[in-house]
Amino acid sequence: MKSESTILEMKSITKEFPGVKALDNVNLKVVEAEIHAICGENGAGKSTLMKVLSGVYPYGTYEGEILFKDQLCEFKDIKQSEDLGIVIIHQELALIPELSIAENIFLGNEQASKGVINWNETISKARELLIKVGLQESPNTLIKDIGVGKQQLVEIAKALSKNVKLLILDEPTAALNENDSENLLNLLMELRTQGMTSIIISHKLNEIKKVANSVTIIRDGQSIETIATADITEDRIINGMVGRSLTNRYPERQPNIGETFFEVKHWNTYHPIQSERQIVKDVNLHIKKGEIVGIAGLMGSGRTELAMSIFGKSYGKKTTGEVYKDGKQLDLSTVSKAIKEGIAYVSEDRKEYGLILMNDIKENISLASLNKIASKNVINDSKEYVVAEEYRTKMNIKTPSVNQTVGNLSGGNQQKVVLSKWMFSEPDLLILDEPTRGIDVGAKYEIYTIMNELASQGKGILVISSELPEIIGMCDRIYVMSEGQITGEVEKANATQEVLMKYMTNSRG
Amino acid sequence: MNSITSLLKKNLKQSSMVIALVLITLLFQVLTDGTLLKPLNITNLILQNSYILILAVGMVLVIITGHIDLSVGSVAAFVGAISAILMINMEMNPFLATIICLAVGALIGAWQGFWIAYVGIPAFIVTLAGMLLFRGLTLVVLQGQSIAPYPESFQKISNGFLPDFFGGTDIHILSIIIGVAVSLILIGLEIKGRNNQLRYNFEVGSKGLFYAKLVAIFAVVNTFTYVLATYKGLPNILVILFAIIVAYTFVMKKTIIGRHVYAVGGNLKAASLSGVQTKKVTFGVFVNMGVLAALSGLIFAARLNAATPRAGNLFELDAIAAVFIGGASAYGGVGTVVGAVIGGLVMGVMNNGMSILGLGIDWQQAIKGLVLLAAVAFDIINKKKS
Repeated sequence: MKSESTILEMKSITKEFPGVKALDNVNLKVVEAEIHAICGENGAGKSTLMKVLSGVYPYGTYEGEILFKDQLCEFKDIKQSEDLGIVIIHQELALIPELSIAENIFLGNEQASKGVINWNETISKARELLIKVGLQESPNTLIKDIGVGKQQLVEIAKALSKNVKLLILDEPTAALNENDSENLLNLLMELRTQGMTSIIISHKLNEIKKVANSVTIIRDGQSIETIATADITEDRIINGMVGRSLTNRYPERQPNIGETFFEVKHWNTYHPIQSERQIVKDVNLHIKKGEIVGIAGLMGSGRTELAMSIFGKSYGKKTTGEVYKDGKQLDLSTVSKAIKEGIAYVSEDRKEYGLILMNDIKENISLASLNKIASKNVINDSKEYVVAEEYRTKMNIKTPSVNQTVGNLSGGNQQKVVLSKWMFSEPDLLILDEPTRGIDVGAKYEIYTIMNELASQGKGILVISSELPEIIGMCDRIYVMSEGQITGEVEKANATQEVLMKYMTNSRG
Repeated sequence: MNSITSLLKKNLKQSSMVIALVLITLLFQVLTDGTLLKPLNITNLILQNSYILILAVGMVLVIITGHIDLSVGSVAAFVGAISAILMINMEMNPFLATIICLAVGALIGAWQGFWIAYVGIPAFIVTLAGMLLFRGLTLVVLQGQSIAPYPESFQKISNGFLPDFFGGTDIHILSIIIGVAVSLILIGLEIKGRNNQLRYNFEVGSKGLFYAKLVAIFAVVNTFTYVLATYKGLPNILVILFAIIVAYTFVMKKTIIGRHVYAVGGNLKAASLSGVQTKKVTFGVFVNMGVLAALSGLIFAARLNAATPRAGNLFELDAIAAVFIGGASAYGGVGTVVGAVIGGLVMGVMNNGMSILGLGIDWQQAIKGLVLLAAVAFDIINKKKS
């Protein structure tokens, strides 16, 4: 660190939307050449604050002052903040899949004279930037041909091309696996030594601990405190975020495990398009009644594909293998058969695969079990309403009415709606794929509690998760997958991150 | 009158269409010096628009699932041509011929539905191909000639009126009775629905407003049937149309099938992972469209009393426009049968009114285009505001 000069100061920022005060007198001070983390529950106001900073919400729509390098800023749009070197990378990447890396880097900032693009300059400049961010790809590679991790690096290269002084990253590692996250964080630390300042919004406390020099915690639209490097601990951050201490991040549970009731034998499936590629290789697993079983594995290890191919052949081609429930072989060739046999699958991507965002809560909850609220194919609206109300109360879905459109809910509440939908189908086996992704700490705890409750009712639960602490904290037994195979099976007592990591990176089981 | 504004706001999309229809009707009523709402003209309006409205009902389902069907005009023409061959050239029993024609429509729908649902070719392309294919086949079947006339019993579908068993002379008594009966049933359903909502402690509008609504329903339905009764009574086609609208509204609002159609359009992947047989639903929607296109073709042929090679030309565009004016979303998942019918009526009243005024077909087209754009723009701007 060179000096302790303040690069950015946001003073008593207040931003109101009709009916809600999203930000209430927020203060933020960022020192030059530091990585400054912003933490807070979903809906606490982190993204709103960043939108105020980057000019998405123009000057005049909020109260308070922004000082960048001791200059008062009154941004009318993003362009103006970018001209000063403030660049924001949003959670949803803004890259165009069908264009090349170089074209994406200079999108909106084309290397051209008189409107004619100078391709040589574009490519050579792009190459320099790629070296800077440590990405070994040709600038001509199309974005759609590289993984999310590399795309994230392209975003950073794009920011660097704009002469960035202050880089804002909104949950940069949310969609990345451990390796890519590690890479990205290392890059940020390296850029810091070169004098770049970054603000990083993240839910992943261990990452914050690793890279951040200071953390500002926001809760309910107010800045609670800023903690310096030395004092950063996960507990401290959580305390600040939820306003109370969560002594235990995983609820207590007395497992009451019965007999094996669900078995998968010799399960194989192949990639739907590249039909030579085997995605799941001879997987055997079993689940006992009342047991919470985890599947750990890196992204791309075949976890989701395994679950979806079991759930009514929703994934893959040439799927083979047998599934038994209570000793009886099941026909799971379609999703509706799988649901009838008491299997439920909660997808990792609730917006794409779990919910109909334009429909209301009650229609989403009833969708997988319409037969239960209908007689002779005619839906009983009142029954549907009553059922939805029941789950709203039981699951603590925070909304004034079940007639609310699901798209308007926060991530945690949306996840509760998906869970309600599948609980209403009364499954014996509930497969949860990344059930707490992108959800704040408080809602995570609630979802863990629900999982425990279902297990105590004698249901089997299969959890897929990228967060090792979550798997270790919640599961009675853990399968580890790597390259489509199960490479290890670990009992709770022996489960440590090191053990799991070893199996996860083990290519030959 | 807070409750009225809140009610209007809640149902803005649906009610704005109704208001637009009323305003357009009033506008032309004034411009045409009262010709528009004369009994004879209302009867004409129904006869002229019935086949578009039937297409619009099928089309709204297609559009809710996120697809489009450009072939319906050609399919209507093709089925019309087949009906002429069967009834006129082969002198087949009209009833039997009608059944065969509807089955042909279903087959055509199945053909297109297969490519769309199971092979995964975009509906735009499949039905564009269908539009050319069936227009071509129409010419082949008719050998480029018109065929006429149809047996009288078949013409009755489009040109006939309900018989009056009560022998009214100046006024069609059966029509009046049907009007009263229908309005009473509607009122009964409203009351039942409200009681149901009250039982489950739902929020309901104020009592006064509710009674006003009941009175309005009674007045509108009975005025309508009364006006028709002073001419020749209820046209047969109106009865068919009414049955179709009621049946499809019920299916879309109240049944599992309807819910699945909305789910497929709302989020195909989520619906599929919830056990909805998305391919079957899509396939079914196109089969249904085929049957309704066939019915529309039959009605058009009966009205014209001839099968012609140019029949059904541009029907698809009128039907699609009706659906979008009626508040459906081009992205799927949103739309109602009643909305599509109202959209169709907006177009129909404009057509009819402008024709009475003697406006040329050129200006009619241009104005209709602007109205379509304005209706959808209004909808989208409205959504952005909220």
